[in-house]
Amino acid sequence: MYTYDEIDQRVVEQRVAQFRDQTRRFLAGKLPEDEYRPLRLRNGLYVQRYAPMLRVAVPYGMLNSKQMRMFAHIARKYDRDYGHFTTRQNIQYNWPKLEDVPDILADLATVQMHAIQTSGNCIRNITADHFGGIAKDEIVDTFVWCEILRQWSTFHPEFNWLPRKFKIAVNGATSDRAATHVHDIGLHAVRADDGAIGFRVVIGGGLGRTPIVGPVINEFLPWQHLLTYLEAALRVYNRYGRRDNLYKARIKILVKERGADAFRKEVEAEWAELKDGPNTLTEEEVQRVEARFTRPAYAKLPGHDATIEKKLAGDTAFRNWHTRNVFPHKVPGYAAVTLSLKQTGVPPGDATSAEMDAVADMADRYSFGELRVSHEQNLILADVRITELPAVWEKAKALGFATPNIGLLTNIVCCPGGDFCSLANAKSIPVAQSIQERFDNLDYLYDIGELDLNISGCMNACGHHHVGHIGILGVDKNGEEWYQIEVGGNQGEVRPGRGASLGKVIGPSFARAEVPDVIEALIRCYLDRRDSDAERFVDVVHRIGHESFKEYVYGKADPKSPRRNRSLASA
Amino acid sequence: MAKLIQNRRVATDPWLLLKVGADGAPPPVPDEGDVIVPLSLWQARKDALAVRRGRTGVWLESKDGPEAIAADLGRLPLVAVDFPSIGDGRGYSIARLLRERHGYKGELRAMGAVLKDTLLGMERCGFDSFALREGEDADEAITAFDELADHYQANVVQVLPLFRRRTAAKG
Repeated sequence: MYTYDEIDQRVVEQRVAQFRDQTRRFLAGKLPEDEYRPLRLRNGLYVQRYAPMLRVAVPYGMLNSKQMRMFAHIARKYDRDYGHFTTRQNIQYNWPKLEDVPDILADLATVQMHAIQTSGNCIRNITADHFGGIAKDEIVDTFVWCEILRQWSTFHPEFNWLPRKFKIAVNGATSDRAATHVHDIGLHAVRADDGAIGFRVVIGGGLGRTPIVGPVINEFLPWQHLLTYLEAALRVYNRYGRRDNLYKARIKILVKERGADAFRKEVEAEWAELKDGPNTLTEEEVQRVEARFTRPAYAKLPGHDATIEKKLAGDTAFRNWHTRNVFPHKVPGYAAVTLSLKQTGVPPGDATSAEMDAVADMADRYSFGELRVSHEQNLILADVRITELPAVWEKAKALGFATPNIGLLTNIVCCPGGDFCSLANAKSIPVAQSIQERFDNLDYLYDIGELDLNISGCMNACGHHHVGHIGILGVDKNGEEWYQIEVGGNQGEVRPGRGASLGKVIGPSFARAEVPDVIEALIRCYLDRRDSDAERFVDVVHRIGHESFKEYVYGKADPKSPRRNRSLASA
Repeated sequence: MAKLIQNRRVATDPWLLLKVGADGAPPPVPDEGDVIVPLSLWQARKDALAVRRGRTGVWLESKDGPEAIAADLGRLPLVAVDFPSIGDGRGYSIARLLRERHGYKGELRAMGAVLKDTLLGMERCGFDSFALREGEDADEAITAFDELADHYQANVVQVLPLFRRRTAAKG
């Protein structure tokens, strides 16, 4: 992972001092609340439903064991002994005291961490493919580009007060594991026929209340021009993005209102002035950043191990875990292990300080002291020797992190919801738990196969429900919590031929207690209609359309009166 | 009267800021003294304003483009940009364009929601003059310039991004 030099270190330390001063002035009554608010948000500090919430950056989801232990320390010392890993690959603390936050940030700075731009209308933490650097299909070293963008976006003087928040995702591989089409800007590494490296630039995708699959604005941007092109796009957005209406302020609305072609022309015109200027990246800078990344000292190992093969053949539980939670590595003899934070009964993405410490120990022992946070809210040991997999499995089981459900229905992506968040219309965590309980039978879960289920407690869509194969959205109806169900979303082209898509609502919403029944009905439809188990839930939705799924849930009659006609009532 | 910081020093402000009246009528312009006029007034009467006794500057709203005064910059000793709120960041782009694209060399002033916490970013986008928001302590605000020593990006103050300066320092 990237190691700070003295300048990077000074930046985070001075930011702590600056924030300490801002907080001091606020507490002394010298800085009005309405001006302190955007300043504290730029440092990840929200004032939530019950207490402040602090969001700490895990840049592109990469961290080391020392940093993970610091997260544990913060949970113990300043919070209620746990943290929540988010869909933006960050960690949130739900119970810190406002006056403690400068001290928390000072602690973080000692391990090269910060909360810079984790909120506010500025360029947010860059997210990335959580298998960056190790995936076989990687075209560029994803994290090197993320770090270049992290430095460029940190305290960018021109783009610190944008119309709205701005999220950039980077995917360096053939498969899109970073959901690049539903970000403000998505960058997709491309190798041209002549071997030149560049990026396909997608601008104006997003979720929230106006979900849009972003259009490609530049098919191939040579890497040297990455920063100048982004500056041009951000400048067009900063000048012309809507500021009159919070809900129309994201760049996706600007791109949609102007049209992709007109927007592209504007960016190109601005870029013509900036292209080849001082922000043009150099080979030397890319190499400098590359060189500051620690690299695992991989041993030369055979790609197969007879003992493991034997265990896979004879031990069903191990095989299930291996199938779901172990990802192939580009270096022979190694594999990436996903530690599932989706055990039934635990809010998705939550971890206690003891668990964080234990995971840090595992990273030290089995994975060169490094870890990743995935946007599916799990933790990853990316560089495990395949011969150590049984030991890692045993340790993960003991921690409750071995639920073999990666890619399956119970690997639910879920926002904190109404239990914590002041924006939420409805709770999300109890819904996740009731679904996990319903689908607790592993054989059934495996028969259902790959299925992304996402839950958001409101239309801000932090749980990315629009791109779940099944998406659940909490809505408010006259002060009561209801849940709207969508099917057919897809976060990106992980499987060839099935690109990013948005789910469609199947009909009127449901009470919380009904949700597991509805999911069950959708699954029955899928199992009845699939061609074989090779055809996933989302593939069936796209092949046969929503109507059949609707009928399984509401019955064949008028879907507007679900209470009377729902077939699930008799299920 | 709002306090002024100019070139990182607390300064007295010789300029009189003129605003369009609530009824939309252009403000009366005194015959003498330095005045900053709204863009609409400048556009309507620029030749007359340019020859009055006393200097004439122009102020832009955040919705105005720098293009509107690009041709006049040679005869404007001061351009001001209004920040209607801390969150309206259009003025940062306006400032960079005035400096970097249109080559403006005169005094570039930030006005409106200008407080300690915005000074550093504003300066790096090309402002050298800051009419502080009412109630802001100028002596405290001025310490903001030293809060952050390092900046990654190319900007008006440092035309080379850090990665090119790092290289230069080494070579």
